[in-house]
Amino acid sequence: MGRFRTIAQPLGLAFAVLLLWEAAVRLGGIPDYLLPAPTSILAELAKRWPRILSNAWVTGLEIVGGFAVAVAVSLPLAVGIAFSAWMARTIYPLIVTLQVVPKIAIAPIFVIWFGIGWISKLTLVFLLCFFPMLVNAVAGFRGINPEIMDFARSTGANLWRLFWRIRLPSALPSIFTGLRIGAVNAVTGAVVAEFVASDRGLGYLLLEYNGNLLAGAVFATVFVLSAIGLAIYYTVEAVERLALPWHVAQRRGEEKAGEQT
Amino acid sequence: MTSVPIRLAGASKTFRRDGQTTEALSPIDIDIAPGEFFAVVGPSGCGKSTLLKMIAGLVPASTGTVAVAGNAVEEPVTDLGIVFQSPVLLDWRTVLGNVLVQLELRGLYASAYEPAARRLLEAVGLKGFEDRYPFELSGGMRQRAAIVRALIHDPPLLLMDEPFGALDALTREQLRLDLEALWLARRKTVVFITHSIDEAVLLADRVAVMSPRPGRIERLLTIDLPRPRALVARQLPGFTEVVEEVTRLFLERGVLQTTGKLAVELGPQS
Repeated sequence: MGRFRTIAQPLGLAFAVLLLWEAAVRLGGIPDYLLPAPTSILAELAKRWPRILSNAWVTGLEIVGGFAVAVAVSLPLAVGIAFSAWMARTIYPLIVTLQVVPKIAIAPIFVIWFGIGWISKLTLVFLLCFFPMLVNAVAGFRGINPEIMDFARSTGANLWRLFWRIRLPSALPSIFTGLRIGAVNAVTGAVVAEFVASDRGLGYLLLEYNGNLLAGAVFATVFVLSAIGLAIYYTVEAVERLALPWHVAQRRGEEKAGEQT
Repeated sequence: MTSVPIRLAGASKTFRRDGQTTEALSPIDIDIAPGEFFAVVGPSGCGKSTLLKMIAGLVPASTGTVAVAGNAVEEPVTDLGIVFQSPVLLDWRTVLGNVLVQLELRGLYASAYEPAARRLLEAVGLKGFEDRYPFELSGGMRQRAAIVRALIHDPPLLLMDEPFGALDALTREQLRLDLEALWLARRKTVVFITHSIDEAVLLADRVAVMSPRPGRIERLLTIDLPRPRALVARQLPGFTEVVEEVTRLFLERGVLQTTGKLAVELGPQS
């Protein structure tokens, strides 16, 4: 019952909103180039599917690639910053300061540096993922309960065992928070990078459709983009569920407790 | 070796922070015999925990020396079990996994200890909860799991920092009985920190009474009550005498006050 409700209720609401949208457009006589009805968006999606799909591959690869590079760079760096006082003193303040630079504002310069190909896209996706991943991972490694460390030290465990059995598992919930934020940012990064300069990808397609006042095609493209974003987000969540069953269950327990009060 | 001696000679602790030095512990001399149950009782902030961490080698002494089993303590002592006031279990491991991590961290073959771990868990009333995660347990159950974790490798020394402090009165009483039975069977050296005068007197061979800021040992009392003390010892005249002596000491030092100060004017003022 509870599980059915958590899935069925939001779905039901979404369906109701779509119905209302459809009715408003049809009865209100809103022209298609301003706000197309859900059914005509679906028709557009079907009509343009091959082109949207081939461009979705381009954007999807940029998203996954940038996300993967960000994971590969930020996690080892976070370990370094968390365990080396020298790195924490020198590199980390610099990174935290650089974080305030609006990454999107420097996207045009990547085009000058790397051309309009996939490298400039990957760079922006990487930057938008990198900071939340790094900051959350560092916080996770640092936030360990000092008494757990007291216990662990009293066992005489070497650094290797301390890391794999104590420090990394205790940092994982925070690391996954960073990954989830990164997953959302990655989609934005890829589209914005394609807006700046590109000759393919869903962002490029969006600009073209918008320029031709094809609102239905624009919505269809946004729909596909959102689907890609959701897929990545839920992949991260699924990995988290596998890696941290205790944490997911704990979080759900807290949510339930919150509902009752 | 089933138990070890502990010797503190002029061991003190000062903390430095922002150029200010705080004396947490005045120089302390104690000799704890192998197999002795040694309790430390004192108010909050008297440096009891610091004393324990100095013995464990988790906090270095500022002056003097600490020796466990005849060896000067310069790094964390590993031949011991520690129980803290909070259970400090690993959230990501089941109860059984939390017990076995003690062995994994020591590089021992953990699954060889699994039967012993299950027996110990059953002995403290956690049978059937071996595969639960800490967040699914009550505070008392978590603390019992933490105690099993401190015992599983059969250490000669047990350091307990207010282990029953966060528990309800009944669980507390039960665990005290269990601990005495365990100690009688195994005769490990135990250093037991508490702020409960009763608990200290009921468990220990000797009780060190500490005074606050800077912490020092005000008096060392030898508790000469027959064992097992279990529940009957409370009725013995010897018990009452010692408890009264400690209480009197706390009254003299202002740790306890007979005239309650909570009877202040309440409500809005006109």
